[in-house]
Amino acid sequence: MNIHEFQAKQILKSFGVAVQEGIVAQSADEAHAAALKLKEQFGSDFVVVKAQIHAGGRGKGTIQGKEQRGVAVAKNADKAKEIAGNILGGTLVTIQTGPKGKVVNKVLVAQDVYYPGANQPKEYYMSVMLDRSQSKNIIVYSTEGGMDIEHVAETTPHLIHKETVDPKVGLQPFQARKIAFNLGCEGEAFKQMVKFVTALYRAYENSDAAMFEINPVLKTADDKIIAVDGKVNIDDNALYRHPDYEAMRDLAEEDPTEVEAGKHNLNFVKLDGNVGCMVNGAGLAMATMDIIKLSGGEPANFLDVGGSANAKTVEAGFRIILTDPNVKAILINIFGGIVRCDRVAQGVVDAYQSIGNIPVPIIVRLQGTNAEQAKKLIDDSGLKVYSAIVLKEAADLVQKAVAGTI
Amino acid sequence: MSVLVNKQSKVIVQGFTGSEGSFHAQQMIEYGTNVVGGVTPGKGGQQHLDKPVFNTVKEAVEKAGADVSIIFVPPAFAADAIMEAAEAGIKVIVCITEGIPVKDMIPAKEYVKSKNCVLIGPNCPGVITPGEAKVGIMPGFVFKTGRIGIVSKSGTLTYEAADQIVKAGLGISTAIGIGGDPIIGTPTKDAVEMLMNDPETDAIVMIGEIGGSYEADAARWIKANGNKKPVVGFIAGQTAPPGRRMGHAGAIIGGKDDTAAAKMRIMSECGLHVVASPAEIGAKMAEVLGVKVSN
Repeated sequence: MNIHEFQAKQILKSFGVAVQEGIVAQSADEAHAAALKLKEQFGSDFVVVKAQIHAGGRGKGTIQGKEQRGVAVAKNADKAKEIAGNILGGTLVTIQTGPKGKVVNKVLVAQDVYYPGANQPKEYYMSVMLDRSQSKNIIVYSTEGGMDIEHVAETTPHLIHKETVDPKVGLQPFQARKIAFNLGCEGEAFKQMVKFVTALYRAYENSDAAMFEINPVLKTADDKIIAVDGKVNIDDNALYRHPDYEAMRDLAEEDPTEVEAGKHNLNFVKLDGNVGCMVNGAGLAMATMDIIKLSGGEPANFLDVGGSANAKTVEAGFRIILTDPNVKAILINIFGGIVRCDRVAQGVVDAYQSIGNIPVPIIVRLQGTNAEQAKKLIDDSGLKVYSAIVLKEAADLVQKAVAGTI
Repeated sequence: MSVLVNKQSKVIVQGFTGSEGSFHAQQMIEYGTNVVGGVTPGKGGQQHLDKPVFNTVKEAVEKAGADVSIIFVPPAFAADAIMEAAEAGIKVIVCITEGIPVKDMIPAKEYVKSKNCVLIGPNCPGVITPGEAKVGIMPGFVFKTGRIGIVSKSGTLTYEAADQIVKAGLGISTAIGIGGDPIIGTPTKDAVEMLMNDPETDAIVMIGEIGGSYEADAARWIKANGNKKPVVGFIAGQTAPPGRRMGHAGAIIGGKDDTAAAKMRIMSECGLHVVASPAEIGAKMAEVLGVKVSN
C-alpha cells in the first residue's frame, strides 16, 4: 500500500527518524496559517509547498494549465498561500502520473531546510528494501542524492552501495558506521548519519514496510541529517497488524474501478487496452493478457477471480470491465480444477442474463473438469457468447473479435 | 524415482481440521496420497477423516513417521508452522498459504536453511508426482504420468501446461509449484536442478512470471550445467505495466531486468526453448522431443 509523503514522515518520525517538519493543508488559507506556524517554530520566512499525490517527479511536474510546479519554495506566508491556491484542486502531471495527471487535494507546507550555515548542505540517497535474490533486507545508498536514482545506476553504478542485513542479528552498528563513512560524513554529521541509518532501519522493520525510499536525505548547513522526502510502501499482507497505517489509505489516489473490484474481493488492475479479461489464477491471468496482445488486441485489465468463479463474481467482473468504454470484447479464461467448468458456465449465462444486453462479444474458454458440458451449456444458451476449450481456439476468437469479424 | 514426493512419502497436514485443510486433505487421500495424519494444536488425540490428529509436528513425526508436511495454516501463523515443521525433522515442507508478511518469511527462510529440509512455497499449488502422491491443491486428473518435469510460479498456469503436455501425448514426472511470493523456499533454479538430476525426467517445462531474477538465475545455471535436458520456457506478464502488482505478491516489475522480455531474452540466450504464447507450451515440447501430436 502506498501512502503520501506527509504520512510517510509521520511513520518515520514515530521511530525517531529526523524529518523535514511540515503541516498538511487542504486550502490556501490553511497553507497560509501553516507557513506562519512554521515561522514561529523555525524562525524562517521561507517554506516549501509540496503537492501530496501518490507519484514521484512532483518537483519537475506542472499543474495543468498553470505555470506552477508541484513543489515550490515560498519566501513568505502570503506567497505560500498563493502557491497552495495554484496547486490545490489542480491536476499535477509528472513523469510518473502519465499525461492524465492526478488531482491534488492536499499540500504539505514544510520547513525550509536548505538554509545557509557553517557547511554546504549535501544531498544523499537512501532506500531500504527486500533483496529478493538473497531473501534479506538491504540498505541501498549513494552520495548522488536528490536525483533520479535509476539514472545514477545507469551512468555511475559504482556510486551506489548496498548493505545486506543478516536476519539472524539485524542491522549492526558497524554497518551503520560503514554507510556513514562511505557517504563521506565527518564529525557531528557522521554521528547524526549513524543515528539516522539506525532509526531508519528500525522504522522499516517495525512498520512492516515493503519499501522505504528517502531521496534526498539531507545534511544541513549545521550538520543535521534529515529525510526531506519519503516514499513508504507498506506490505499489504501485514496491514492486519497495523490498523493505524491501514487508515492512511487514500482511495482518491486509486483507480475507482479498482476500488470497486476490491469490494467484491476481485484482484483487478486497470490497463489501457481494448479487450477485457477475467481469469482464475494470477499467473494464468497474466498469460491471458499476453495472449490478447499476441492476437492483435491490447489487454484492458488484469482480473483474477480466484478459486470461486461463480455467477456473483462473474457478474461483478462483467460490470467492472464494462465500465470501460474502450472494451471491444471480453475473454473469460477459466481452468477448472476444483472449480467445475459447467458451474462457471452457468455462472456466465446467469450473469449475462442478469445484466441484460452486453454490447460486446464474450469469448469463454473453459478447460478442465466438465469442460465439454460447459461448452454445450454456453453454445445452447442462445447468447452472444463464443465458447472454446483449447487456449489456441480462444486466441483465434479474440483475433476475430478485435478485427470485428465475429 | 521422481522428485520430492512419491508413494513412500508419509504426509501430514498442518491446519488439518480447518476448512481448507480438511477439503484438500480429503482430495489428497482420494488421490492416493499416503496421508498419515494432521496437526491442529489443541485437538491432539482426535480422529479427523479417519486419521490421527496431533498437537505438534514433532509428535506426528515420532508417532506416525511423517516426513512430508503440507501447510494450510492462516497467513498470520504460517511462518511459525513452517519453522515448526523444519524443527521437527520434516524433510519436505509444502506451504500453500497465500499472504504471509515478508517480515515473517525472512527469518522463516533463514531458519529452514539451517535445517536439513526443503521448503516449497509459500503461495503455491504444491507438488505432484502423478500416480504416486499429490501434496497440493491441483486437480489430480490433469496430471498423467510421464517423463516431463514442470516448474512453475503459478497454479492454474501449471495445470494449463500439464494439460497441454498430456494432450501432446506426453506425461508428467513431477510438477513443482514453487510459489508466487517474493520470498519462496525453493527458487526456480533449485527446482530445475532437482529435475535435471532425476533419471525419470527427460525434459522440463519452466514457467515464470515478471518480478525477481529466479528465471534468469535458473537459465544461466542450465547453460553452465551443459543444457543436459531440453527446457521449454514461458514467462507470464509480457503485457504487465511496470510498478503494478499483478495478483501475486511477487509479480511486480521493479527494474529493467525483471520484465518478461528481459527474462525471455536471457532464457533464449542460455539455450532454452522459449515460447511467446502460453498456448504453445505443449506443442513446443512435442516439437523439441520430436513427438508427433495426434490431434
